[in-house]
Amino acid sequence: MKLSKSILAAGVGIAALASATLAHAQPTAEVLHWWTSGGEAKAVAALKKDFEEHGGKWEDSPVAGGAGDAAMTVLRSRVLSGDAPSAVQLKGPAIQEWAEQGALANLDDVAKKEDWDAVIPKRIQDIMKYDGDYVAVPVNIHRVNWIWSNPELLAKVGAKEGPKTWKEFNELAEKLKAAGITPLAHGGQPWQDATIFETVVLGMGGPEFYQKALVDLDEDALKSDTMKKVFDEMRTIRGYVDPDFPGRDWNLATAMVMNGKAAMQIMGDWAKGEFLAAGKVPGKDFLCSATPADNGNGFLFNTDSFAMFKVSGEDKIEGQKLLAELIMGKKFQKTFNLLKGSIPARTGVSLDDFDECAKKSAADMEADQKTGGFLPSMAHGMALPGHLSGAIVDVVTAHFNSDMSSDEAVNRLVEAVELAKD
Amino acid sequence: MGASSSTESNLMAGLQRNLSKIVVAPSFAASLFFVYGFILWTAWMAFSKSRMMPVYDWAGLRQYERLWQMERWHVAIENLLIFGGLFIVICLFLGCLLAVLLDQRIRAEGVLRTIFLYPMALSFIVTGTVWKWILNPGLGLEKMMHDLGWASFKFDWLVNSDFAIYTVVIAAVWQASGFVMAMFLAALRGVDQDIIRAAYMDGASLPRIYFGIIIPSIRPVFLSAIVVLAHLAVKSFDLVIALTGGGPGYSSDLPATFMYTMAFQRNQLGISAASAMMMLATVMAIIVPYLYSELRGGKKNG
Repeated sequence: MKLSKSILAAGVGIAALASATLAHAQPTAEVLHWWTSGGEAKAVAALKKDFEEHGGKWEDSPVAGGAGDAAMTVLRSRVLSGDAPSAVQLKGPAIQEWAEQGALANLDDVAKKEDWDAVIPKRIQDIMKYDGDYVAVPVNIHRVNWIWSNPELLAKVGAKEGPKTWKEFNELAEKLKAAGITPLAHGGQPWQDATIFETVVLGMGGPEFYQKALVDLDEDALKSDTMKKVFDEMRTIRGYVDPDFPGRDWNLATAMVMNGKAAMQIMGDWAKGEFLAAGKVPGKDFLCSATPADNGNGFLFNTDSFAMFKVSGEDKIEGQKLLAELIMGKKFQKTFNLLKGSIPARTGVSLDDFDECAKKSAADMEADQKTGGFLPSMAHGMALPGHLSGAIVDVVTAHFNSDMSSDEAVNRLVEAVELAKD
Repeated sequence: MGASSSTESNLMAGLQRNLSKIVVAPSFAASLFFVYGFILWTAWMAFSKSRMMPVYDWAGLRQYERLWQMERWHVAIENLLIFGGLFIVICLFLGCLLAVLLDQRIRAEGVLRTIFLYPMALSFIVTGTVWKWILNPGLGLEKMMHDLGWASFKFDWLVNSDFAIYTVVIAAVWQASGFVMAMFLAALRGVDQDIIRAAYMDGASLPRIYFGIIIPSIRPVFLSAIVVLAHLAVKSFDLVIALTGGGPGYSSDLPATFMYTMAFQRNQLGISAASAMMMLATVMAIIVPYLYSELRGGKKNG
């Protein structure tokens, strides 16, 4: 710890000496990210263009592979050697972890100037701040708890929209199954199992229970009867997926709904991108509805963001500020989120060009913020640091893929969380 | 003049004498640093409280304790025993059998040998991906049998958490048994033909000759094959990632995939280092007795 900090300090010092002569240079930003394909790559290109139009010099550092694992490894070695990039695609509690290492820059100047406190949702502000100072900027808000369904298949069993309660969900699934239709398209990868799990926790336990169990890791909530019921429901859901689900990628599961091979999928709104790319129209070719809520509505968010690392040199500090300002700007938030399928992470952006599902997402977000239902997703690394969410995901996926009883699952959940904590 | 030329020639002679050492020195230093240095570093990290970044606060054996309390690590170790055991035994058996059959001076031996050996030329990623398609019930073998009319055919090991690890065995055996065959074939060819002819003269049957004479005489090859296969088993990573992704759930996790998850996805560098040391210990347990017997044997011969 001490050693890494002194290495860091030494590196920063050397860099400062080297660049002291370069005052009033062009604002420069090196951006480390793993948005290298499809709509994401286009979205980054939009930011780059915007940045360059404002006189900045953009140094692109894409690191593809492993859903960010590879980029994180690069980041670790760069920070250790005292040569951190200006902006890094980071999210959730990982931002706090890096801030604790003293590696992140303070963005309060820009935040005050642009009045971020007024435009960013409170829960997201908490994630972007360390010790009350802004250290990162959010780019989007994905909603995780969606059900994507095929209206044609639902009509076959007399349903017009997605189920409102988990009881309704089970009844609908039974009807579909009886009609020879696979009720749920699912990919058996741990994060996908966890995605369903957290929507069930939210739906059966309600927002307050979700907060206690999956954000605060309250032991009483983790071993409560409600949690046992959640695992019971997971076992029931296991009966609604087709036998070939293990290992399937999420987009192939989305394609099953699209092609009429399965009726529903529980997935975040990146799935919408797949539908739109195939030329499908929301409300007509596919439906989006919030996952069932027995105990009050909720909105699980997954927000991508850029954390700003401590850099030295006038050009780099200016570049960082400019970048932060542009990212929070209305123009970028709109372009980026239209391309990515999410909604803007700030208020004041016109949603006219967005589709129906995005508009519903924004409306629900506003309503759920007032009732405390706007909550960070556990499965997507917003609620807990990696070692804690990983421990939970292990238990969830082991339960889903075996015949473990709900009682045992709850015991293991408590144990695993305890073990990961110390 | 004479004196300086003599020192020069002394220098040259010294250089010549030590040339091989000088040439080897850089790679020696590099492996000392990059292999043994990093092993020591990992060992040190396993005693630290490291999470996201390496830190050097002493934590004693806490990381090992946490490691052995993790259900997932037990699954990984159990899988390594199943996978390693079956992989080695089946590869040895198939490799030996193929070698003996090919040794019968059959026609087209060259072609057959190449066919059996080729899987070894593929990367484990390719093997894993291909077998994933073949074994997927909705895509590969099971679907083909259903299409052919055999509706009751069922082969769903890949998606069954109790059997997923065995599909890794299948793919790995397919990949490595040809290589084992080549090792055995070379050894079989090295057996003294005179002894075999003498055994024929004495009226020994062919199986008797193989079990009584040839196989015992190629015993050292068994040892080499076991060592090669055992370390392949302990370090196998890409095959599991491509074939099952460690799933369903984490039911086909191996120590190597466990270590990767902890280090690069969970920010648990300490636990990850501890698991790496456990893997090193496993490999050492196999290699050290082997090296010991080899080196001692070498002295005896020399």
